[in-house]
Amino acid sequence: MNISDFQTRFGFEAMYDGYVDAEVLGGYTSDLLSDVMSKAGEASTLVTIQAHKNTVAVATLVGINSIIICNSRPVSAEMIESAKAEGIALFRTDKTQFEVSGLLYCALRDAKA
Amino acid sequence: MDIPINTEGGSRVILELIYSLKVRDVMTRKLVTASADTGMREVQQLMRDNGITGIPIVERTRLLGIVSIGDLLKALDQGQMAEPAASHMSASVVTLEEEMPLTFAISYLNRYEFRRFPVLDKTGSLAGIITASDIIKTLLVEMNREVERLEATIAHPQTIDPAASPGLDPGSAGTPEEIVLSLSFPTRQYDFDGAGKASAEFKKALKQLGIEASIVRRAAIASYELELNQVIHSTGGVMEYILRGGRITIVARDQGPGIADVQAALTEGFSTANNWIRSLGFGAGLGLPNAKRSGDDFSIDSAPGRGTTVCVTLNYAAGP
Repeated sequence: MNISDFQTRFGFEAMYDGYVDAEVLGGYTSDLLSDVMSKAGEASTLVTIQAHKNTVAVATLVGINSIIICNSRPVSAEMIESAKAEGIALFRTDKTQFEVSGLLYCALRDAKA
Repeated sequence: MDIPINTEGGSRVILELIYSLKVRDVMTRKLVTASADTGMREVQQLMRDNGITGIPIVERTRLLGIVSIGDLLKALDQGQMAEPAASHMSASVVTLEEEMPLTFAISYLNRYEFRRFPVLDKTGSLAGIITASDIIKTLLVEMNREVERLEATIAHPQTIDPAASPGLDPGSAGTPEEIVLSLSFPTRQYDFDGAGKASAEFKKALKQLGIEASIVRRAAIASYELELNQVIHSTGGVMEYILRGGRITIVARDQGPGIADVQAALTEGFSTANNWIRSLGFGAGLGLPNAKRSGDDFSIDSAPGRGTTVCVTLNYAAGP
């Protein structure tokens, strides 16, 4: 599964265009940033409602390549700028973390099968 | 009215001021409030008698809404001055918490159209109210004090104490192993805009040196946790990084307030962070345990009143 699938397959809204498309190897769902740091894998996507700059910082440090903001949470311009600068794709959806996790889990499992 | 202070860049002295002052240092505690069933005419009288332009509507200490001059004028215009405050107040109120740094109040004033923000305490009870004039008054007093202090420093320059200045430990100089990298970054309490910058630079430097990805990742995690601890809990500190002889050393040193129970602080889930810090996704009580787990060696020295120094080291295979 690729990052661009979030847009084309699931209809998530890209918070900026021209992000680097790459393969997504896994995912992690959490709103606790320390938990994300210790558990999220490389080249994974983060499903969260923490729509601020510090989420991007955490993603950069642990090698998360994309962030999905759930529940249509407002995303600050600062977060978008910072994601762009760090080369991390940023999406938003009205779905909950539970729903998004389910979708991604199935897609990743099918991709591996 | 905007408060023309750059909360991100700007003078270091001013930045330190607005980050070290808390909302509770600035807010007015003497509150004039009314209950939901108070008539609008009575609310008007309260405003006039007290010379204020907004009245929080409360049920005991719980904030229900706020009646502003605008709400009052509307009620006057429509001949509804006999009606209760509940039917004219603005119920969606933007509030601040008393533990927040003053920067939050300044950016709220610049971001929202409201002229006053009720302040809640840890339990969610109404503790005070803050207006632009409260902020300006306190800032002027503090700036005056700071300018006087600076003028005194210029008149009587002090010698710099090398032991107090951040940087390399002078005792470790002259050892045979060459220092591959030495970095140092200051951190500031509640500066969530700048939080993570030290760790990002550190990670970049490690990557450039070609250090193994899994070690870079662990070092970055330990660094970020310690950096965030300084931003959340300390009154400011320094993050230092030294690479020498196949060892990465991360030293997080702050000026206080120090940890009362270090053993508890190392326990997963133990946290002293307040609610608004938790709402940002921090303060889950995972920071120190994460930092400890990420390193090969971990030491912490802390006492109330003295500050905290945490040292994490990681071994890496030095280049061929």
